[in-house]
Amino acid sequence: MACFLVPMGEAIVTTVVQKVVENRERKIGGERVNNATLSRRLSWLNKMLWGGTALLALEHVWHGEVVPWPPFLTAMKNPAEIGPMLHEMATIGVAMAIAVTVVWGVMVLISERKAGAAMPKVKESPASRGV
Amino acid sequence: MWLITTALAAIITTAIWYAKAPEDKYKLGLLSLFFWGATLMWLVDHVMAYVTEGGEFFEINLDAALLGVAVIVLALFVWEIVLLVSDPKGALRKALRG
Repeated sequence: MACFLVPMGEAIVTTVVQKVVENRERKIGGERVNNATLSRRLSWLNKMLWGGTALLALEHVWHGEVVPWPPFLTAMKNPAEIGPMLHEMATIGVAMAIAVTVVWGVMVLISERKAGAAMPKVKESPASRGV
Repeated sequence: MWLITTALAAIITTAIWYAKAPEDKYKLGLLSLFFWGATLMWLVDHVMAYVTEGGEFFEINLDAALLGVAVIVLALFVWEIVLLVSDPKGALRKALRG
């Protein structure tokens, strides 16, 4: 019905956070967390959330659950459907947002581990000792 | 059906992105993350609907297949718009200058 609105809400918040972090990084000269900046990592989450939201919105339009005129959500026309719609948002919508965020967390963890594993090699290499 | 087509698109674009990595001139990383986000969301939707309501896990009919194609077309369209706006090759800039 309108489950995609929950990941969309999260996407709006994380996009604002990414912009703030980006500005801060620019001011302090691009502080890097291992190999990738924090804003770059947040951009992965934003891309997944916005991409998912856009494609799910199309699916909802396809099934007639979203229309281009007010109130936009067809469930809003019938008061009896508002309750189930909110329930769907609270269950499926929240679960979708959590799933994407958890997968993003795993991606960040893996990238940190990979970057961490590469660091000692750089320290031990003879090229880094001299010069 | 649209879950299958989107997952397939995600796998293919990720493979192409990896083959070209670390270079990502044509923003294939963006396209694959778009597809993965949608795949994850639909997977959750399908699993929860299957657990609570039962029935078939995959809806396989003409309407679902067409939706699967439409979803991929929309993602490719958004990706192309991003690509044309950022114009990494400078081709659009050169074409507009004449």
